[in-house]
Amino acid sequence: MSLPDFGFYVLCATAIVLLAAQAVIHPGEFVQVFIFGLTQGSIYALVALGYTMVYGIIELINFAHGDVFTLGAYVGSAILGFFAISEGGFTTVNLIALLLVFPAVMLVMGGINVAIERVAYRPLRNAPRLAPLITAIGMSFFLEGVMFLWHGPATVHFPDILPKAATTVAGVFFGFKDVFVVVVAAILVALLAIFINRTKLGKAMRATAQDRDAAQLMGIDINRTIAATFFIGALLAGAGGMIWGLYYNTVYYQLGFRSGLIAFTAAVFGGIGNIPGAALGGLIIGLIAAFSDSYIGSKWTQVVVFGILIGVLVFRPTGLLGMRVPEK
Amino acid sequence: MSEQPAPADNILELTDLTKRFGGLVAVDNVSLNIKRGEVFALIGPNGAGKTTLFNNVTGLFQPTSGRVVFDGRDITGSKPHQVARRGIARTFQNIRLFDYMTCLDNVRVGRHVRMKATVFDSLFKLPRERREEERVTEEAMEFLRFVGIAKHADQYARNLAYGQQRRLEIARALATDPKLLLLDEPAAGFTPQEKVELMKLVKKILGRGITVFLIEHDMKVVMGISERIVVLDHGEKIAEGSPDEVRKDVRVIEAYLGKSA
Amino acid sequence: MSTSVFTRLHLRDRIRDRDTAVYSILLILALVFPMASIYATDGTALVSQATRAGTFVLLAIGLNVVVGFAGLLDLGYAAFYAIGAYSYALFASTQLASSPAHHAFHLPFWLMLFVALFVAAAAGAVLGFPTLRLRGDYLAIVTLGFGEIVPQLFYNFDQWTGGINAVGGIDQPTLPAWIQGPWSGDGPFQVVRNFNFGGDPVAFYVLICILIAAAIILVNNLYRSRLGRAWMAIREDEVAAAAMGINTVTTKLLAFGIGASFSGFAGAFYGANVSLVSPDSFLFIVSITVLVMVVLGGMGNISGVIIGALVLYYVVYYLIPGLPENVRSLANSIGLSSETTRSLADATQHLNYIIYGGILVAMMLLRPQGLLPSRVREQELKHAAVQEEEAAVEMEHAT
Ligand SMILES: Nc1ncnc2c1ncn2[C@@H]1O[C@H](COP(=O)(O)OP(=O)(O)O)[C@@H](O)[C@H]1O
Ligand SMILES: [Mg+2]
Repeated sequence: MSLPDFGFYVLCATAIVLLAAQAVIHPGEFVQVFIFGLTQGSIYALVALGYTMVYGIIELINFAHGDVFTLGAYVGSAILGFFAISEGGFTTVNLIALLLVFPAVMLVMGGINVAIERVAYRPLRNAPRLAPLITAIGMSFFLEGVMFLWHGPATVHFPDILPKAATTVAGVFFGFKDVFVVVVAAILVALLAIFINRTKLGKAMRATAQDRDAAQLMGIDINRTIAATFFIGALLAGAGGMIWGLYYNTVYYQLGFRSGLIAFTAAVFGGIGNIPGAALGGLIIGLIAAFSDSYIGSKWTQVVVFGILIGVLVFRPTGLLGMRVPEK
Repeated sequence: MSEQPAPADNILELTDLTKRFGGLVAVDNVSLNIKRGEVFALIGPNGAGKTTLFNNVTGLFQPTSGRVVFDGRDITGSKPHQVARRGIARTFQNIRLFDYMTCLDNVRVGRHVRMKATVFDSLFKLPRERREEERVTEEAMEFLRFVGIAKHADQYARNLAYGQQRRLEIARALATDPKLLLLDEPAAGFTPQEKVELMKLVKKILGRGITVFLIEHDMKVVMGISERIVVLDHGEKIAEGSPDEVRKDVRVIEAYLGKSA
Repeated sequence: MSTSVFTRLHLRDRIRDRDTAVYSILLILALVFPMASIYATDGTALVSQATRAGTFVLLAIGLNVVVGFAGLLDLGYAAFYAIGAYSYALFASTQLASSPAHHAFHLPFWLMLFVALFVAAAAGAVLGFPTLRLRGDYLAIVTLGFGEIVPQLFYNFDQWTGGINAVGGIDQPTLPAWIQGPWSGDGPFQVVRNFNFGGDPVAFYVLICILIAAAIILVNNLYRSRLGRAWMAIREDEVAAAAMGINTVTTKLLAFGIGASFSGFAGAFYGANVSLVSPDSFLFIVSITVLVMVVLGGMGNISGVIIGALVLYYVVYYLIPGLPENVRSLANSIGLSSETTRSLADATQHLNYIIYGGILVAMMLLRPQGLLPSRVREQELKHAAVQEEEAAVEMEHAT
């Protein structure tokens, strides 16, 4: 075992021992935090998938991705406004609205992301590597600007339309919303896995991620495949935005910046380019953030998360499950 | 050829060198000795492990097992820059120049390792740094002249013709003042005329007291300049000897023409 | 073949000519600007702005060493800026009196300028050492994380740094009494009143111009040295560079440390200049803005980077914030109602992000290599004289 690996295991073991101690001393609180971390982590996982897929295929840190996620919540909130939904309770209208709006938002975000790729990234595919990175940052500011123009700097209310049902088991509170978030995220990740492994387009995406030139020689349409990657990444981000809105009922225009960075950390944590890795990384980062919020203090969470980011890169640069990026 | 040369006469000794990539044994238990001042050739079919052997010698790869002794010193596991400092320079099979640097600068980078200026000297352009820069510029021009591309000194490396790029790579390697020069398929893609010129250049390099260790496919080139040849196939050394001996070796003929022949 | 080496170096000559032109124009502008702006506006607000722009020029020159020369992507450059600013702020104000140290330090600016430089360089080395051996993009990610952590640490350790309340009342630089001359006191050429920079924007302006000039000279020296070539070699092909005997890890570490030291240096100047240092001034947006300055100017090319810094500073800190005001006066002058005028101005204010984002995208699409790229294009490369010589040689061969 090499020294970096050793360091990595020592760090992980320390964290687990500390958490286990908490779990024994205050089991109720621990489970509560755990549930919260799981829900938060599910959302990070959905966003992290978009980062990891795009990085895997064109080696771009797509800074605009976090803002696509946030915009999903804005768009969802706007479309829901057209329905006679009732907040605070769960009606048939709510259910219908949810079933219609959820996929609609996903599709809208998918379309927007494909447009972004077409306008801002594709023309720069052979440019110096910094160029697309800077357009990505530019697109991020642009999208934040659109949300700012739309609703201003204040937080925006997202309709509270999910059932309020909740139970308390042994002092631990959990509600329908918690279950909803985790289940929906799990279904989406499962669908993605099926898509990637079973469909022709999914296989084309994997082939392109592995070796773009070889994929092209085998007759894969690179432009279409990359566009599809952005589309699917944004479907998940849009879903993440909807879930975020439904769960927290509030969004603001800069939400995507910080949560985008955290999701990106999750992608690196799982091994950038690695799809199961991103999902796992999202869950773990969500849990870490939740534990840090309650056991260390929320003002330290950012330091903890980015400290972990640096630590992972130093001690285990390939992430938990190994990175999968094009060989150069 | 009957008596073993004394170790001091060998510039490079590889002992049981093995390099594995997962299940693939790219270099399999190869031993060879290169004598000071000779041209030693390494041949073998594509994928035989020749480049991998070079990479193990120059520190780009760590050998899985075995020893690399250069100039009487064990350099197994040294970093590439340490190997270069010791006196091994190389070119690459697929040319690796500094594309957006001028030819002159490419060669001056080669000179880097023989320069003494510290960050402090450079920061304040101290007189000794200035003198060194001037001297190195002249030396670099000299290397460019040596390989015959001096008139392109101020062009970006990427704008040179293919054959000139190969020459520039050799000039850059020579600039490190090597005792041993590794050339990885230096004549690949050359016209017959260019191959002749390359052979002349190798002779000139030899004339400077530099030992040449070369990978080459073209048998005319190999036979024309090298004193001894080692043949690699599937990572294994299958023959060693003078050009004539190797040409007649049954295993070599098999390796090149396929087992069925 | 007997002509001197140097007459053949056309490419370098051409780049040098362009640089000379740019530097001459900059020098004249730097000299004329304070007088002209004070004369035109009867105030020193513009001079202060120019000083702020100068701070960014210094930052861009430093980041250019990391990104442009060595090809390392640093997305957390503002962290070192923060470290430099706080190094000065904490030890040149009353801040530490109310900290657990219970003692206020008032170390001299000129000393702290260099202390800040070394502290930032050390931070760069500590961060760079374990991470510089990683894949290129991973450094970007590590620096991004570092850039997020550092301002947060300055928030969190509020006992020491005042956290969100910022460090205020930072000491002004004073000139040692022995540097007396016509520029001091109330003489005709006064630049510095009573040896104290306090409240004198022109003094800071002069100082930043001197610092920038020094930075240009030093970085240029490095660029034309053994180390500068080693950086570029690593940028072009790390494997080949290592095979040429360059220790890539220490060479990259030097680029990273030198870049960080510039940032620390600029940070100390910034602290003294604005006299107030808060974690908010060192967020991601600052790192990105400096990076864009470098890319906009033309990575690797010092004169280009300076132009890039000035242009982008003007756009981001002057043009865009001033837009609502301009729109208002424009609307007024073409006789729109005050109601429309106000809503128009409000709308432009809300457009800030969109405009900045749009500029970044448009800029990269139109000119991804920057305004004054260090890489001269191929056609320009084959200088006429070289071609002639080539033709002559070919003739020789033919006959
Ligand atoms: N970095 C590497 N990772 C995995 N396999 C490699 C690597 N480099 C070379 N190989 C494999 O080792 C074998 C020998 O390659 P090489 O040394 O390039 O052959 P040659 O130069 O004789 O044509 C090939 O099968 C090649 O695929
Ligand atoms: Mg080879």
